[in-house]
Amino acid sequence: EGMLSPYRVLDLTDEKGLLCGKLLGDLGADVIKVERPGGDLARTLGPFYHDEPDPEKSLFWWAFNTSKRGITLNIETTDGQEIFKRLVGTADFVLESFPPGYMEKTGLDYPVLEKINPGLIMVSITPFGQTGPYKDYEAPGLVAGALGGVVDQFEDVDRPPTWIGHHSQEYLLGSMEGVGGAMMALFYRGTTGEGQHVDTSIQEALARAPSAQRRVERMALANFSTPSKKKKKENDTPEKKGRIGGGTFVQPTRIRRIWPCKDGYVVLLWWAGINAKRWNMPLVNWLDSEGKAGYLKEFDWDTFDWATVSQTEIDRMEEPTIDFFKTHTKADILKSALKYKAMVYPVSTSEDTLQSEQLAGRGFWQEVRHPELDTTLTYPGEFGIFSEAPARISRRAPLVGEHNREIYETELGYTREQMLLLKQDGVV
Amino acid sequence: MPTQLLEGIRVIDFTWAFVGPQTTKTLADCGAEVIKIESATRPGFWRTTGPFKDNEPGLDSSIPFAMFNTNKLSATLNLTYPKALEIVKKLIATADIVIDNFAGGTMDRMGLGYEVLKKTKPDIIMLSACMHGQTGPYATHPGFGNQLTALCGFSHISGWPDREPVDLGAYTDLVAPQFNVLAIGAALDYRRRTGKGQFLDMAEYESGLHFMGPILLDYIANQRVANRMGNLCPYAAPHNMYPCRGNEEWCAIVVSTDEQWKNLCDVMGNPSWTSDIRFTTLTARKENEEELDRLLGEWTINHSPDEVMSKLQAAGVPAGARRTGIDIQLNKEPQLVDRQYFSELDHEVIGTHKVRRPPYILSKVPFDMRPAPLIGEHSEYVFKDILGMSDEELEELVIEGVIE
Repeated sequence: EGMLSPYRVLDLTDEKGLLCGKLLGDLGADVIKVERPGGDLARTLGPFYHDEPDPEKSLFWWAFNTSKRGITLNIETTDGQEIFKRLVGTADFVLESFPPGYMEKTGLDYPVLEKINPGLIMVSITPFGQTGPYKDYEAPGLVAGALGGVVDQFEDVDRPPTWIGHHSQEYLLGSMEGVGGAMMALFYRGTTGEGQHVDTSIQEALARAPSAQRRVERMALANFSTPSKKKKKENDTPEKKGRIGGGTFVQPTRIRRIWPCKDGYVVLLWWAGINAKRWNMPLVNWLDSEGKAGYLKEFDWDTFDWATVSQTEIDRMEEPTIDFFKTHTKADILKSALKYKAMVYPVSTSEDTLQSEQLAGRGFWQEVRHPELDTTLTYPGEFGIFSEAPARISRRAPLVGEHNREIYETELGYTREQMLLLKQDGVV
Repeated sequence: MPTQLLEGIRVIDFTWAFVGPQTTKTLADCGAEVIKIESATRPGFWRTTGPFKDNEPGLDSSIPFAMFNTNKLSATLNLTYPKALEIVKKLIATADIVIDNFAGGTMDRMGLGYEVLKKTKPDIIMLSACMHGQTGPYATHPGFGNQLTALCGFSHISGWPDREPVDLGAYTDLVAPQFNVLAIGAALDYRRRTGKGQFLDMAEYESGLHFMGPILLDYIANQRVANRMGNLCPYAAPHNMYPCRGNEEWCAIVVSTDEQWKNLCDVMGNPSWTSDIRFTTLTARKENEEELDRLLGEWTINHSPDEVMSKLQAAGVPAGARRTGIDIQLNKEPQLVDRQYFSELDHEVIGTHKVRRPPYILSKVPFDMRPAPLIGEHSEYVFKDILGMSDEELEELVIEGVIE
């Protein structure tokens, strides 16, 4: 029993919305992934299990389609549309991420579906939403990221701006907003009985980081290895005076944030301002316990302010810290950070993550069976620990059309002959 | 008919820093009555963090505070007084949800743990959000989103393969609030159907790792450790940010099909290099990507990012002008303007300022955005109207310093 067990979800999304249905499924909802005959294109996204580029072995697909059943259906055929409408009559949510206008063109837009099922909540997840001048723009992750204001230079002034690599974070952030909007609409339905359409914009999901926070970040983003050469733009200049609660980060002083250690990197920021002592001393104490605090031991945190500190002073502070980290591994640093309550963390790789004692201690990982491959794989498990109804992966991602028979024949009552016809007509 | 999505829901908000206030902002923007419990003698992080209106620090003049706390109410209590704890428990008895994002175990130590609150209000939904969750060896370890972003592995895969990893800032702080909202939404529905409240123990670490799924599975299945790859993508070329005319102007261009490549070449006027065998197929372009990016950059540099974007998009080639956080906050992004993502509010101390609504538009319920509260602005409403205190009681508590 999950928190959302009574509900059915029809998931028409591509990679822009897959996470949305996965989380509803992990929360117990009956999520049916509706794929085009032959399988969705998102199955062609890598990486692949044992590097075999097979639509049934996409690790991208596996990660974001757990706890779903799967059927194939061509909603561009009239038969397909009729079948979809029958399913809508049994559903609580429809998730889709087609270009705006597509659902209307296929006769399956919200006003039509609402008539079939007034309680239906339809969630659309698109790069720019259903309206506005860019609504028809195509936006792979990098394009959405650029227009959403997250692609930045991170002080690598001799290189193009960049952001998090690999699969699209932009789409995942959009999916999260879509599923949040779905929950808000679900509460409203509980009060009124009425469903509604949730028009989610990935660009808006990215733009939700207010620039005030960004600005604080930007001021602090000076990475030592690649010092800033460019002059700051007028409106990008931080306040000259004023002390920020956590610390004031002021150019042109360079503040190291990523530090090399024995087997990789760690992240550490020296805090200034009213909390400087409270947040910095634990690390100084740790360095001191190994006799390596050096200049940091005599440093006066009470008057430390990024607005006034000189680069020479910063260099003197950084010297013992750099030497110290170079003699320790990521794992050692994490362990001791815990012991001393120091705010320093390793820059983890996926290998490090799998070895985390914290995640093991929380029972985060979940073993998921892939019977067709006769194997079991470890997956990221519960996204929170809930005292009444846990959010668990109930099954691995569906194979192409895996539940066609279960849903079309057993549930909707199509005969074997009708199924054959629909298959030949390219409907399922 | 209710006019707001979460009408009738009361949230007692103990949150600070970023993740907690962003979680309760969504609930407040959706119409829940969110009551921030604040202290004037120990004001929260954003109350004391600038930039401030006219650069004058003051508890009611922080611009980020105003942006992060729209639609909320504020009542002041000094929780170091036992009387204040009793009052806040009475308030919780009238509420639906309690949210905090202190390091693990803090609410328990304050005497406001779930087991205590459950006795006060049996169907209370309590969400505690912190770095590592309430259990496990690191539960009590303090930290900020910047560090957690590195711990989750985002920093390691960001930036350039030949350089140090990138400090992305507090990226996971942007991820965690939505997981919190999802958990609360699901728990509200569960309570409506079963009458049961519950404790939601959220870890930013775990929320963040759900955004790393394919990379984690790649290690688990193939023992491959993902690394930095700049802006490149294994199945598209061009796939990068290209320099444009102007000062630090850029445009993203992504080509993953033959048709898009042909259309890109047409828009550029088919310069001779595009028919070079090194660039005519995707495989060839991937092999000669550095040269490809250089040559494409020689074309983009002569145009503004908006020109590049609109010309290419009109031809069906994915392209996007690079916006900065400042462009967005100054409300210069045309698409966001068209959808009225930001609205202007009038704050008593700060004056006119821009705030954002949630990133979705619902067909039946519009958002009603109101400015963030002044500190203690709603103390009277909370203590008199909700808890039924008399003027005398209230005055006495103010003199004692329980209510600030």
